[in-house]
Amino acid sequence: MTISEFPPGLILVLGALLLPFADNRIRPILVLGLPLLTLAMVWRLPDGAFAVVPILDYELVLVRSDALSRLFAIIFSIMTFAGGLFALNQKRVMELVAVFVYAGSAIGVVLSGDLLSLFFFWEAMALASTLVVLSVGSDLSYRVSMRYLLVHIFGGALLLMGIVVHVFETGSTTFAAMEPSSLGAILILAGFLVNAGAPPLSAWLSDAYPEASYSGTVFLSAFTTKAAVYVLLRGFPGTEILIFVGIFMIFYGIIYALLENDMRRILAYSIVNQVGFMVTGIGIGTEMAMNGVAAHAFTHIIYKALLLMSAGAVLYMTGKRKCTDLGGLFQSMPLTTICGIVGALSISSFPLTSGFISKSMISQAAADEALIVVWFLLLAASAGVFLHAGIKFPWFVFFQKDSGLRPPDPPWNMRLAMILFAGLCIGLGIWPEFLYAMLPFPVDYVPYTVPHVVNMLQLLLFSGFAFFLLLPLMKRTLTITLDFDWLGRRLGKNLAIGVGNAIDTAWRSLLSGLQGGIMNVLDHMYRSHGPRGVLSRAWPIGSTVMWIAVLLTVYLLVIYN
Amino acid sequence: MSETGEKHWLVRQETVRLLWRVGLAVLALLVIGDFFVHGHPYSRIDGTFGFYAWYGLITCAAMVIVAKGLGVFLKRRDTYYDN
Repeated sequence: MTISEFPPGLILVLGALLLPFADNRIRPILVLGLPLLTLAMVWRLPDGAFAVVPILDYELVLVRSDALSRLFAIIFSIMTFAGGLFALNQKRVMELVAVFVYAGSAIGVVLSGDLLSLFFFWEAMALASTLVVLSVGSDLSYRVSMRYLLVHIFGGALLLMGIVVHVFETGSTTFAAMEPSSLGAILILAGFLVNAGAPPLSAWLSDAYPEASYSGTVFLSAFTTKAAVYVLLRGFPGTEILIFVGIFMIFYGIIYALLENDMRRILAYSIVNQVGFMVTGIGIGTEMAMNGVAAHAFTHIIYKALLLMSAGAVLYMTGKRKCTDLGGLFQSMPLTTICGIVGALSISSFPLTSGFISKSMISQAAADEALIVVWFLLLAASAGVFLHAGIKFPWFVFFQKDSGLRPPDPPWNMRLAMILFAGLCIGLGIWPEFLYAMLPFPVDYVPYTVPHVVNMLQLLLFSGFAFFLLLPLMKRTLTITLDFDWLGRRLGKNLAIGVGNAIDTAWRSLLSGLQGGIMNVLDHMYRSHGPRGVLSRAWPIGSTVMWIAVLLTVYLLVIYN
Repeated sequence: MSETGEKHWLVRQETVRLLWRVGLAVLALLVIGDFFVHGHPYSRIDGTFGFYAWYGLITCAAMVIVAKGLGVFLKRRDTYYDN
């Protein structure tokens, strides 16, 4: 293995182990330098398979390089750099270590050419991302991270079973497109979908991500779900059921985000919504759809990280995260407000932002395939994105009422990270050809036509109109919204407590019954054999001698008569 | 300084009123734009006049109302899961 063949993801994983030993001057250099080194390594990878390690009868292909895997590895590297810049003030080195292992493993996943190394990096991601939440160090983050880990261990178990069965069925460990018709492939698909935030286990995402630190959530938003999008794109293109799964995720995300009060949980629901667009595109499965999904994953990572950076900046400066506590921050945090709005416009796919040039490809693919109902639903969903993320997030955090809070903009590195990503959102929106050139298939799509721009502006601005008309219905309340995880966290918990109590009562009565029985036996023995018992009375020595004498006399009389 | 004078110019009543007027004018212009712009509708419905405008407005209203309705059943105080 030459240096140029070294798996790029491992640079971040191994580099993470250096971070605790670097002092405060060296650490920023590593945090910024390692992702750039990784980016350079990925950038110059030619097509092909590298770092092939034979193991038993199989081969691990640690680097399978083609346009699709490079696209994801590139955006993951860029994300790690910008996130690292944003997190330079993070005092908990453990979080940075976890984040670097997490990012490196995510790059490992998208570059894996076989299912075994894919599984290895998949599990490393699960553990490292758990550590990102756990590193907050609070009692709450401990409980949340354990719930998160449970879901991902379950997903990992599905994936591992699937891989074992698949290898048994096909005799090959190569990770390529498969039909979900065999047991192995179905289990693999289910394992992938758990990480994508698909129903019924979507709740892990909005449960865990908002409990990470101001910087941790930025990283979490990028890797797990988008690595899942990549493996679905690679493994299950054109799988029809994914259209339904995706549409469900889209509307689940919108409805739950509309009801939510925590600013970062709004954005977490919105991740499920956006991944829903991608999953739908994977289900459509044409070249246009696959290009659209890849492009949308790329732009989504940037604008979602930007949105969470602006939310993170607010959290960092105010310590508050509920819409009911926030509002009016635009007056003292103008840069954060502007960057948040750029992210919000991008996620809503406003013309001249990155979302416009990527999401519309997925809708176009639906129209091209004459999936007219899907097309109508995607259009409604685009309006809904503007509603729940595009306006709701900036409105309630930065405008709304005056909360009286007057925090300044965050430190320079956080501002710089936001400016970088805001610039990318607009840059990609204006010059889409850079992104289009990196997509897996040749692009035959022109986003900027007069009807398309006018139509999208109509759709979005009238959605905005609807928001302000219905503002009284959107009043924030101090509430959460129940999800499927209620089954485990409330019903299951109560059942467990109930069953536990019943077992406890039964056990206690069994014990006391046994104890009573034993005490009875002891009492009887005490009565008969105790100090005053008939059978164990202590006889004085004189009476014993007398009785012996009596016995001997009787004996003599009997013998000699 | 009067009470309105202390407020940031962006949240003063005059500005808000102006923003509403400009916003409504933009909405009107966009709908009028439909007279001049002809896309390639995929079905009869999206070929109707001002389709994207009314579709956006109606679907958004529907989503807000559905969310509100589900909220009646699914919303709990945010201390619900706390021990």
